[in-house]
This record gives sequence, structure tokens and C-alpha cells, in this order.
Amino acid sequence: MPYIGSRVKRKEDVRLLRGIGKYVGDIHRPGMVHAAILRSTHAHARIVKINAAAALKLPGVIGVLTAADMPGLKTIPMRTGVIPGLERSQQTPIATTKVRYVGDPVAVVVAENRYIAEDALELIEVDYAPLGAVTDARASMQPGAPQLHDATPNNIAANFQVDVGDVDGAFRQSDLIVEEEFSTQRHSAVPLENRGLVAEWDEGRGLLTVWGPTKMTHTNWRILSELTGLPQSSIHFIEPEVGGGFGARGEFYPEDFLIPFAAMHFRRPICWLEDRSENLKAMNQSRQQKHRVKIGVKKDGTILAMDAEILFDMGGYTRTHGGVPAISASAMLRGPFRVTNYRCNVFCVLTTKTPVGTYRSPGRYEANFVRERLLDMIAHRLNLDPADVRRRNLIRHEEMPYDLGKHPFHYMVYDTGDLPGQFERALERFGYERLKATCAAAQLEGRAVGVGIGCFVETSGIGPWEYARVEIDNAGTVVLYSGCNSVGQGIATALSQIVADELQVLIENVRVVHGDTAKVPYGNGSNASRSTVMAGSAAVGASRKVKDKLLRLASASLEIDAADLILRDGRVVARGAPERSLNFSELARLALPGPALKSGITPGISEEDFFATDKRPFPYGVHVAAVEVDKETGKIKILDYLVTEDVGRKINPMIIEGQMAGGLAQGIGGALLEEFVYDEDGQPLSTNFMDYLLPTAMEMPKAQFISTEDFPSPHNPLGVKGAGEGGITAAGAALANAVSNALGVEVKKLPLKPDYVLQLVKDAVS
Amino acid sequence: MSTRKVSLTVNGCEYSREIEPRKLLTDFLRDDLGLTGTHVGCEHGVCGACTILLNGELVRSCLLFAVQANGAELKTVEGIAPNVTELHPLQEKFWALHGLQCGFCTPGILLTAEALLKEIPKPSEEQIREWLSGNLCRCTGYQNIVTAIHEAAKTLNSDK
Repeated sequence: MPYIGSRVKRKEDVRLLRGIGKYVGDIHRPGMVHAAILRSTHAHARIVKINAAAALKLPGVIGVLTAADMPGLKTIPMRTGVIPGLERSQQTPIATTKVRYVGDPVAVVVAENRYIAEDALELIEVDYAPLGAVTDARASMQPGAPQLHDATPNNIAANFQVDVGDVDGAFRQSDLIVEEEFSTQRHSAVPLENRGLVAEWDEGRGLLTVWGPTKMTHTNWRILSELTGLPQSSIHFIEPEVGGGFGARGEFYPEDFLIPFAAMHFRRPICWLEDRSENLKAMNQSRQQKHRVKIGVKKDGTILAMDAEILFDMGGYTRTHGGVPAISASAMLRGPFRVTNYRCNVFCVLTTKTPVGTYRSPGRYEANFVRERLLDMIAHRLNLDPADVRRRNLIRHEEMPYDLGKHPFHYMVYDTGDLPGQFERALERFGYERLKATCAAAQLEGRAVGVGIGCFVETSGIGPWEYARVEIDNAGTVVLYSGCNSVGQGIATALSQIVADELQVLIENVRVVHGDTAKVPYGNGSNASRSTVMAGSAAVGASRKVKDKLLRLASASLEIDAADLILRDGRVVARGAPERSLNFSELARLALPGPALKSGITPGISEEDFFATDKRPFPYGVHVAAVEVDKETGKIKILDYLVTEDVGRKINPMIIEGQMAGGLAQGIGGALLEEFVYDEDGQPLSTNFMDYLLPTAMEMPKAQFISTEDFPSPHNPLGVKGAGEGGITAAGAALANAVSNALGVEVKKLPLKPDYVLQLVKDAVS
Repeated sequence: MSTRKVSLTVNGCEYSREIEPRKLLTDFLRDDLGLTGTHVGCEHGVCGACTILLNGELVRSCLLFAVQANGAELKTVEGIAPNVTELHPLQEKFWALHGLQCGFCTPGILLTAEALLKEIPKPSEEQIREWLSGNLCRCTGYQNIVTAIHEAAKTLNSDK
């Protein structure tokens, strides 16, 4: 039975279940000391003076570093999401003259242990001259607002437009035009393991080793080389176990420079482990956008045009992602619907808050909320069923591949799928019609129960390339060296399934190596639901080349034509004569340089492959939610929930459902609980888990997750579409629509915390 | 800084160390004893990743000083499996039912689940969720964890 498509138990799990997996905090090097980072307590201020004298006197303190110790500091470059203009507001790894958010690194203390390092932080005196905070994106663009970066007037880090069709003409043809403003709140990935790094400088050999990089190991390897001036061959990155990523972990952060720099400066192995309060101030935040959208429709609900303005709150600096959440929101605001006339004006705006980056389904979670709310508002205004408005506009199977029209920074051709079919099955499975009637009846009795839909198209599998090398070792083990990374999603298992099927071996005999720059020369990492698509496809290519080599080696040795040989159970076997065979270990021995060179064969069984594409698959699906609102307390209870998603082809259904369930939990958190609150001085108020609320087992409903493989993607040999983000992407949309339905109101912002819900209850009465 | 002697038993092994009184029990387990299976997620007692058993009681090891555990018997994730080759039924079910992804919360959740099944051998779904409410998981959405605990309870009860 093939492994692909099976619910294979994960290869990663046993060590994690036994508590013997090694995360970065579990790495210990001889002579290792600890770093702690002094962070700005001001949202926006000039640094007048830093006095570390008292800290340096504390026994156990090895040293203190500030920008003055790092001449020639460069800013951290964007690796993606590059919009012209953003380069003016990139961040230096440590504040030089100004701080621009509470949490901006100001000094690094290195001490014998972390307790002493933290004691020393309190002894460093910093004089700040406050420059005024601005925490609202719209206010930040106004004349007179405090300006964060000299080169960026009005705090507009970048601005771009999308313009497709004839928007003005289409509005003139519209029977109804609705214009609304929506907003989504600042929240983010918040993985359970905080960030951390261990860096060790081998002065004698001139080799810097760093444990802890993940997600983009090879990209960060290059960035560190560029920032330090050390050649990449003098830097070795090693990815340990990773306690969750979700987009935020593994980007190149200030500490990714500071800790290696400190290790070289002090010539000691240095460990830095972020604490949670730091994490909630320093790790990329996300999701804070304001959308003002005008939509024109015909009486039957057919969409004629959309005109949107998006304000993307960047925080104090441009980080490695550039403008990805804004690009993605402007690209995917149309979602699964036929919107032939579309305009979008996007402003990336700096504010004196923690910088932002991507979080699982960046920009799309926001855009889905906005669009799906608008569709329900249109349905209410035209007295149509929300489902019928969607039916009227869903892109049909026969229109695929569907080109949405040019976007300056995003690939825009949907590959394949039957969106209406998926939609109808989801509603049927959920019992939408029956539930709608039940809710309406209950509402007449005074109960606030409602049902809401959120349709989505996701983007996944971003290129432009991925690397794989497959080798057969002396024991006959198949080893895959992959350019992707693990962020806890189970990628080693999925890739093993793919390779085991290609080479007809037991999955136990496949080993996956990733995230180690000494063993894997190239990689593009794990993000944008790309690992199975890109790394999986590269693994297929390399495996097929290895298969050829195995057959050639066996053919020469057995003196049987390669066409008459097959792979079976870890052996190359003669067709019809199974007693004539060689196992992989025997073939590896034949390929050793000694015998191979004598027979004119290139030594080794090791083949590389790159899978390259500029196209992307687009998974799609539907969220449907049923909720009850407690009108006294504002609490929302999720009665039932369904997520469906077409993923093209399932490698491991168990892992896919796990991704959907985990995504939904985060989507529910984002819709109902999670928010980074700042006061008007830019002070963060959500810096612990009592104030930043993550969903617990009590908040999670028992939900249904249906993944389908009806329409394999034509863009890769496996037919897969990424499956990491469908579970989260329309959760805000479906829950906001369900709450609107329950209360008979129009939700216009997230999160649906009790204070906002109680306001909605009041609005409903008046 | 002055030190104190701490002697305790972890997973059946006796340990004795001279340590600073301010050292947290989590750091003691991880740094002094090398038992890094106990994880630190928040250091303020909310996330539950550092959950261990102290004299049979569930505690947050990040909220205790190591000196407070002097003389105690502790159990950490490294002590759950019966031996180096076999897994505990809870571990088996978490593996079979995909009750973990990144694995960072898993040690604390396994210990919580073990304590739950000791106290309530046949818990309802509601009871499992209530017991789990002190352990944050950011990856799984909890459903598979709940199911795994439920299934492990069945195995443990049938063994009796």
C-alpha cells in the first residue's frame, strides 16, 4: 500500500513524547554563558545616554554591548514582500540614536547565568528624550504626527495600487453600492516556545555555529553573512526542534545578529532565551489592518465592482517580510468570487508599536473577514439569502484557470477547482438550511443564535524553487536532504512518505535532514504552505534520479537490462526472477569510489534536484459556524463548526486534519480573544498570558474538518496544494457573520470581545 | 550569593545539589539535572508547559523555587514511559491520534493527563477539557489531545 494518502504515524513523535527532543533551550555548550536584552521602555524617543557602569561592576557580568560597540551596523534586509519605499524604514539590530517601539533592543548583557544577566539589565541607566507616540495608522499619516523615520514623510512606508477593469463604469451600472469601514486587531502567532539562540565562535578555526534558526535557515544564513561580513562558509546554522512557528518564528530578527555578534565579541558560547513578556513585545505581530471598501452590485447580488483602501499598520520598522500582509490582503480581497472590476489603494503605515510580519494566512484572514461581511450586508440590503449572494458570484469550474488580473506583487491565476461544488457540499454537510430555520425560530423566542459562512481561496506553495538531495548510505538507508524546515508541522513524515513511495522502501528506512547548512547547501524554508508542495516535489525529482542510478548499478552487476529491473521492498529485483536482486546496501557498496571508478561509474548514490516554479496552487474551501451569544455577558459559544478545503492531493490526511484543527483554534483565538492592546503612549498592555488570551480546550468546539482532493494542482508532480492555512483563514469571517446573524446587527471589527459584543447587543435593541 | 543544599528524587533517581535559593525548580530540573523534557513557555504559571508531579500533585515548576522541593518526589515527562523501548498508553495514543505537533506543550499535557486518569479513570469529554484548561497548546486545537486521553483511559481500564 502506498504511504501517500495514508494516516502514517509521525516519525517526529516518539522523541517528543519521551521528552528527549532537543529544542534550542536544551542545547548546552561547554563554557556557555547567557545573554539578556535591554529593551526600550519608550514607544518613540531619542537615546540621550546609556550608562552601564553599575551593571559592569556586578559580579558574574561578562560585558554589555550597545550600538557604540558595533561600528558599521547595517539594517536587516527584506527577504520578500519588497515594495519600493519600504527599504527606508528597515531596522538596525540594535537601536542607534532612536527607539521606535517599546521592546526595541538598546543593549545586550552577557553574564555567567541568566539570573545575573537579568539583574544587570536593571542596573543599566538609559536617558530617553521622548518624541511622541502614534499608535493609530490613520492618525500616523496625518500632517503633524510624530515622524518615525527621517526618510519616510507622513509615516507612509510604501503605497501601491491594484487596478483591474473599469471600476468607475461598473459602479455606474450598479443597482446598489455599499461602502463600509472594517478593522482587524493586532494579534499574532505566539508559538508556545519563545525564541532562542545559542551561538558559538570557534576562534581558532574561524567558524561560527548557531543553533536555533528555523523556517528560513538558508535565507538567514545569507543575511547573517551580509551583516557580519563573515563568509557563509564560516557560518554553520543548525535547526533544533521547534516549538511552533506559524509565520512569526524564524524570520531574521535583531537578536539573530546580536547573539552571534556577542559570541564573537566575548569569545564565549552564548545562549539567549526570550521570556514570554519579551516575546509579546519583540516578536512580529500581525493582522492590524483597516479596510474601507465600496462594493457595487446588481439587484440579484451579482458583484460588479470593488474599490478598497487598505491601511496596513507596520509598527515601528519594516522587517524581513516587507509588505506581505498588505500585498496578500489586496490580492485576495476578491477571494473565490468573480470581481472583474477591482481597485485597491494600499498604504503601509508606520506606528510606534512592535513591528509586524506574517502570521498564518497573512492578509487573507483580514481580507476574508472584510469581504464575507460585505457579502452578508449586501444580502441583508437586497433581502437575499447570504448563500445565494455567494452562489451568484463564485467562480465556476469551467472558468478555471481563472486570471484575476494584474497585481504588482502577487501571482493571480487560480489553478483549478470547483468552488460552487465545494460550497454546496459544505452547506449540505453542515445542514445550513435547517440550521438557518432553527436559528430564526430561536431568535423569535429571544435567543441569540446564528449561522455564518466564510468562503476562501488560499494561496500556497510559493516558489521560486526548492532543493533536495537523496542519497543511499552504507546501510541502505535512504537519506533526504531537504531545503525546507520543520516548524512542528510534521514535514519530515510527509517527505518520508513521498520518498518511500518513490523508492519502494519502508518509511522507517528513510531519514530526513533539514535546517543544517553544513549538510544542505540550498533552501527556501517553510512558509506560505510551501513545504509539501515545493520540498515534496524536489524530493520526487531527486528520488527519481536515484532510482535511475540504482537501476543502472544493478543492471551492470546483475547483467540484466535496466528495463527488466524494478524496485521492491528496498531491493532492485529482476522482473519475473525475484531471486536475482540486490539490496540498497549492496548497491551502495558497488557505488563506493573504489569499485565505481574502476567500472567508469560516478561514485556514490547521491542525486540533487531543484523544483522550480513561479506559479502557485490555490487551495479553496468554506467555513461555516453556528453560535449562540449570551446577551447578558457578551460571551460567544460556538455550537458547531465546519471547515472544508480542497488540497489537491493528500499526502497524510491525519496531518492535514491536524493543520486544519490547529488553524481553526488560532482563527477562533483571533476572532474572539487575542489582542495586543496599546495605550495612547504606545505602551503595550498585553505582555503576559493573563492579558493576551490564547484559546484553551474549553473554548474550542468539537468541529468537523473535511479535506478533499478533487482537483490536483497542475503545477507540481504531486498535485498537492498547501494545507497549512485553510483552517484559520475564514474563521474571523464565519464567526463575525454568525454573530451578526444571531444579533441582527452588522459586525464591522474584530475581535468579538465581550465589550464589543455587548455594544452590538445594545445596537440591536435600539 | 549563598547556596543551599537540595536533595530530591526525580523519576526514582536521587539527586543532591548545592544551589542558589532563588533558582526556579524548572531551571534546576533542566540546567542542573539535565532533564530538559520539562519546558518553559511563560514563566508565570499560565501555559502549563512546565507542569510536573510533586509528591503526586500537579504543580507548575516555573512557580516554585527548587529549594521548596527539597525532600520531595518528582515525576517529569522522562519518567512516564515504563522503560526505554515501550511507551505509556497515553504516549501511544497521542502518537496514534496525532495529539501533538510541535511537541512543546506535550510533556506538561501528558503529566496532567496522567494525573487526571489516576483521579478519574473514566473521565467525560467535559472533564478532560476542564483538566486541560490549565495547559495551552498552540498547534493542535486540542481535539486530538482530548480524544487521545479518552482512548488511553479505555486502554488503561481494560488492563485492570
